[in-house]
Amino acid sequence: MSSLLGKKVGMTSIFDESGEAIPCTVIEAGPCYVVQVRTKEKDGYDAVQLGFDAQKERLVTKPSKGHFDKAKTKPMRLLKEFRNFNGSPLQPGAEIKVDIFHQGDVVDVTGRSKGRGFQGVVKRHHFGGVGMTSHGASDRVRAPGSIGSSSFPSRVFKGMRMGGRMGFEQVTVKNLKVLKVIPESNILIVKGSVPGAINSYLEIVKQS
Amino acid sequence: MDKLKLVEAMQLKKDIPDFRPGDTVNVHVKVKEGDKERIQEFQGIVIGKRGSGLNETFSVRKVSDGVGVERVFPLHSPRIAKIERIKEGNVRRAKLFYLRKLASKAVAQKTST
Repeated sequence: MSSLLGKKVGMTSIFDESGEAIPCTVIEAGPCYVVQVRTKEKDGYDAVQLGFDAQKERLVTKPSKGHFDKAKTKPMRLLKEFRNFNGSPLQPGAEIKVDIFHQGDVVDVTGRSKGRGFQGVVKRHHFGGVGMTSHGASDRVRAPGSIGSSSFPSRVFKGMRMGGRMGFEQVTVKNLKVLKVIPESNILIVKGSVPGAINSYLEIVKQS
Repeated sequence: MDKLKLVEAMQLKKDIPDFRPGDTVNVHVKVKEGDKERIQEFQGIVIGKRGSGLNETFSVRKVSDGVGVERVFPLHSPRIAKIERIKEGNVRRAKLFYLRKLASKAVAQKTST
């Protein structure tokens, strides 16, 4: 498994060999730095902690600055651990760039979906609504309908789908094809869409 | 947005001739038949342009055997081999959708200098 952290740049399209326009997402992926290496002996598991997106020195707290100083890297905004990381045992401070991916690879991309705020049942759970707009029922158009029975069970079951906060949750999109890698400008282009807003952080993982 | 522009800039064509709605153009389209490739021409009046950058498209209308045919081409598509400007038009609108309702003689009048 090889992984990288990145930032969503936006969507556009790319013309393939046959001239077809393919919808794609441009990701600014890496460069990431190994900040810490976790080992079985010391931490109970093997993992690599990657950092991404340099942070201004003066905004970093002293404790976290110490953490980055240990690896001799610049302070970074985002830290993520990855288990089963591919390749030779990495040293803290090692740089990982987009060139670990190649055109035609299949990757999984994880991010945080856009927050939608408090949403009703129609948008949030794809309910059909209840009423129609005529016959005096115009106030029931997007209603959830019945949420349970009567004296038995005299309560609403847990997990009943209702309105509420929607979005801003972790979403993984699997099996996205890598259309192009531009190592000079740290760009990764994948086919299709990825979760989250522009400038939101992403984890890109290649299973193999 | 800089990096997005960078990705698009790699695919933008630089040899696109200047043409505007109202002009008559001849579009050379690459058509794949099996494993052979040939050029098909589509000549008509440009009735509109939309979008910007890589997303820019233009619509061409012609009347073929009495049937109106409109095609929308992505301006930067590699399938377009060449765009020839046959005749310059003289129109006052950016979108010429009203041509659909006109007879061919009226179309000629509306778009000629």
